[in-house]
Amino acid sequence: MSATLPNVSAALAAPFTEDRLAALARVTDGLDTDGLWWLSGYAAGLASRGAASVQTVTAPVADAAPAGRLTIVYGSQTGNAKRLAEQLARQSEAAGLSVRLLRADAYPTRELKDERTLYVVISTQGDGDPPDDARALVDFIAGKRAPELKQLRYAVLGLGDSSYPQFCAIGTKLDARLAELGATRLLPRADADLDLETVAHPWLTQALAKAKEALKPAAPLAKVTPLRPLQAAPAFGRDAPFAAELVANQRITARGSVKDVRHIELSLEGSGLHYEPGDALGLWPVNPPALVEAILRTGELDGDAVVEHGGQRLPLRQWLGEKRELTKLARPFVASHAAQSRSEDLNRLLAPDQQVALTNLLNGSQVLDLLRQHPAHWSPEELVAALRPLAPRLYSIASSQKHVGDEVHLTVAHVEYDDGDGLRWGAASNHFARSDEGARLPVFIEHNDRFRLPADASRDVIMIGPGTGVAPFRAFVQERAALGAAGRNWLFFGNPHFRSDFLYQVEWQQALKDGTLQRVDLAFSRDQPQKTYVQHRLRERGRELFDWLEGGAHLYVCGDATRMAKDVHAALASVIAEHGGKSAEDAGEYLDALQQQGRYARDVY
Amino acid sequence: MSHGSHSVEDIKQESARLRGTLLESLANPVTGALNEDDQTLIKYHGSYQQDDRDIREERRLAKLEPAHAFMIRTRTPGGVVTPSQWLKLDAVATTYAERGLRITTRQAFQFHGVIKTELKSTMQAINAALIDTLAACGDVNRNVAVAANPLQSQAHADVHAQAAALSEYLLPNTRAYYEIWLDEERVLGSGSEDEPVYGPTYLPRKFKIGFAIPPYNDVDVFTQDLGFIAILDADGRVAGYNVSVGGGMGATHGDPETYPRLGSVIGFITPEQLTATAVAVVTAQRDFGNRTVRKRARLKYTIDDHGLAWFKEEVERRAGFTLGQARTFEFVHNGDRFGWVEGTDGRAHLTLRIVAGRIWDRDGLTHLSGLREIARVLDEADVDAQFRMTPNQNLVIAGIPAALRERVDALVAQYGLDTHVSATPLAKNALACVALPTCGLAMAEAERYLPEFTDKVQVLLDAHGLRQAQIHLRISGCPNGCSRPYLGEIALVGKAPGRYNLMLGADHRGQRLNTLYRENVVETQILEALDPLFARYAGERSEDEGFGDFLARAGIVVPPRSTIELHLQQDAANAVTENAA
Repeated sequence: MSATLPNVSAALAAPFTEDRLAALARVTDGLDTDGLWWLSGYAAGLASRGAASVQTVTAPVADAAPAGRLTIVYGSQTGNAKRLAEQLARQSEAAGLSVRLLRADAYPTRELKDERTLYVVISTQGDGDPPDDARALVDFIAGKRAPELKQLRYAVLGLGDSSYPQFCAIGTKLDARLAELGATRLLPRADADLDLETVAHPWLTQALAKAKEALKPAAPLAKVTPLRPLQAAPAFGRDAPFAAELVANQRITARGSVKDVRHIELSLEGSGLHYEPGDALGLWPVNPPALVEAILRTGELDGDAVVEHGGQRLPLRQWLGEKRELTKLARPFVASHAAQSRSEDLNRLLAPDQQVALTNLLNGSQVLDLLRQHPAHWSPEELVAALRPLAPRLYSIASSQKHVGDEVHLTVAHVEYDDGDGLRWGAASNHFARSDEGARLPVFIEHNDRFRLPADASRDVIMIGPGTGVAPFRAFVQERAALGAAGRNWLFFGNPHFRSDFLYQVEWQQALKDGTLQRVDLAFSRDQPQKTYVQHRLRERGRELFDWLEGGAHLYVCGDATRMAKDVHAALASVIAEHGGKSAEDAGEYLDALQQQGRYARDVY
Repeated sequence: MSHGSHSVEDIKQESARLRGTLLESLANPVTGALNEDDQTLIKYHGSYQQDDRDIREERRLAKLEPAHAFMIRTRTPGGVVTPSQWLKLDAVATTYAERGLRITTRQAFQFHGVIKTELKSTMQAINAALIDTLAACGDVNRNVAVAANPLQSQAHADVHAQAAALSEYLLPNTRAYYEIWLDEERVLGSGSEDEPVYGPTYLPRKFKIGFAIPPYNDVDVFTQDLGFIAILDADGRVAGYNVSVGGGMGATHGDPETYPRLGSVIGFITPEQLTATAVAVVTAQRDFGNRTVRKRARLKYTIDDHGLAWFKEEVERRAGFTLGQARTFEFVHNGDRFGWVEGTDGRAHLTLRIVAGRIWDRDGLTHLSGLREIARVLDEADVDAQFRMTPNQNLVIAGIPAALRERVDALVAQYGLDTHVSATPLAKNALACVALPTCGLAMAEAERYLPEFTDKVQVLLDAHGLRQAQIHLRISGCPNGCSRPYLGEIALVGKAPGRYNLMLGADHRGQRLNTLYRENVVETQILEALDPLFARYAGERSEDEGFGDFLARAGIVVPPRSTIELHLQQDAANAVTENAA
């Protein structure tokens, strides 16, 4: 094979099939140095835009899978749609077609944009509702995130009961929506009533004939798809954040939970931004408008007053909203405010022997609290100068780009509490929480090479992530599933209540079912009288945990730094001591050694 | 490619006598649900896996599984419990369940909202009250229903004793229940116990037995797979029973192969012949019931498919005797009598109305607390009083000695349990199944909609001067018929949220099925349909004529051919099977 690739060193094991190598050779054959350099840049550009988009621009040469395959998706409540879909799949297979049959909730929506031939058999329930197993897919196709589907040929068979006013509404809706997205109808939709056969059978026959016609082995496509000129990737980063569109802001703790945790999805489309599992997303937050107004009122300040500072001229309201730290208190501002307010109490707190009291104040109060409790006169200019510049907030990324393409997902605990004096917020979490889908938020990628999956995919990983600390492990499991990693995955998760706080519960269930997650141990602290945390589970599973570590597993901890990470560390040390027959000191060294080998990584905050 | 479907018959066969992987399911911490097959098997243990359908969609969006919880149903033949048992069940409801105590139309208690991790403790607490839940659901003989009629005290006691003994006799033989819930040790043969009545795959479908004591038909005896109609002698003792077979309410919307059917009376037996007769009917159904098409598996279809005469012969062959000629009897109505009555034994019985069978402290109600107080009083007095759930979801406090009447009355008034005093006949007699939010089968609201709908119908009745009309209203959230809707003079059968089939024209004796009057309609359409009918009824009814009887006589509805009168007119042995399709 390498005979046709004289320029490629045999030592470079390319991750291609022979077909692809041959195709590559046809492209590179005869190119001069400039051409080859251009091509390498082109490929790098494609790579940086993620695997998903590569597919859309490569010439459809060897990629026969979606093109030559019929996908049949069914949504079924009573089993009728399933039965008909199975029948069609059997007949199509018998006719020699390549078929995949999927229940709607098993259909990976991200594949829709590459789908070529799709049949949907779907019933309508009650007053125009989809079957339970098809809700997510119908929402996706009907929603604004549905991709353009110019490549798709499709047909829909609707099932229903004509005594309902919304007879076959879902089939009708999907049929129309797919067309609206640019897909081509292979045959007209049919609406089958309770007497299924009279309508369904002729449709199935026709559908089979159309599929045979459409999926005839096509003549090899000539390479006519022109290579698009590569756009210069803009250098988005911390100081030039990308305005990412918020595409999902979904609370994922149930009613009754004391926590308001949001699953956030942002689109990075067009940014050229790329991330790896373990990386963080930075957000330049905008302070809660209500907080800005409260500060203006309390300080009797004019929000429209234009303030010049550091060469920038902006209204005070904008300084406070976008440029200054309001939700985090720091010592310098306490000192300035103590002077400004001439408050003896505050001045006392700044004394060297008042360290603990000052720390409590810094952790438990915000700028507004200080202004209210120790009134002072600030001019707009003085205030802007005294307050700290606003800093971005980092969130561990909860998705793998191999799974979500151009999106980036986060798991954000919305900080909002009432201290008896009105609501207080966390700047960034509130920014996410109060934003509607469609809003654009300034973000950047913060790489974190210290929190990486093992380069050797056959290694086991142990992931300890209670609360929102679970975020990077969602990315890990997605990544390892996409890679087909041979190593096992073990997740420890905890939160107050099973029923309301089991973040991403259905995804973990699915991963267990799919075999992309081997073990889950759960600690719901408040579901029993005795509070139980992840560290208790680590101790209970000590024997196996130690065996995994001895077998080369990598350990990861993410979440709260002040208590959890310490307790987990202590639990790990005691597990190693107990099951490794080591002294406390040796167990500590064992963990140190793991850390040095890059097998014990922490992302704690 | 496609998954071969795993039928209920397969699940039963492979279950090691109803054990399945229930222990593993209970121990799985990742889900509040059971493994799929275990969801079928747990029914035989008296429990259904359900979820709170009100929040199913919001939980899906939150990437959380449905809020799974379990309904647990007691096996309480005839719905009789002692005050002491009442107190224990009350404690179960307040400790483990979410929605109080609920009386079913088969005289069982249902607990709703028990979470998986507390299922075993709940089962143990119920059993600690000497009440079990074995075979309360599933393809077996369910809770045996018995007339709650407190008037003929001795007859009631005798019939109840026979019914309770039959319920015991027809329990599955497997020790699975005791091993899984009550920590009984597994012994040799565990998992392959002999099931002499049921066999390894139990029955093709659920099986219901009910005992009626004329002149009241509160058990709706003709809706039972197997009904026994007590025939009393001159001394008020049980001379024997007429036997009715093949009743059943369930149907599937849009499928004419399924239909409600009233039982057919096939003869008379003496009390001594009861067990043999029941076993003959049950085993005939076991051997001939349809195990291929589940919705055609009830006894009613077995009879209609093979013929009534054949079935009677089969029963006689298995029982080893010939059934006697059916005796005459008369039913006057299928509702309850409210308030105080005195039995033939001089004790007093108080029947309280419980709307849709739901007993809880909520929305200003204090019924659960009130009944707890009454149970305490009766328990402390130690007077052999009983609580009897009625098949119409009401409650009889039976056997109250004269000395305690005043005390009970005071508590009834204090806790607002005396709603039967002011409620109209329509409200007092109305039935509803549970439906949303817990029942997985429900297509529309039933229990939660009943008070509102009753009020709206009452306004129409009042407008036509029919405030005191005795009209039986029944609402069911789906066509399966837990509230026996096909015997309602007015019935709503759920089709979709807010949409129902309006059925009219049953009698109020449980002897004539109603008829579809309007299909798939909403509330305004239902009320618009009823209003002119009430007007005509008010103007044209003859004296004491019921609403359903009037509709049939006036030709407004054409009743299904199968009525009990029809069956009775014919020689029972030669009765040609008719059904309500």
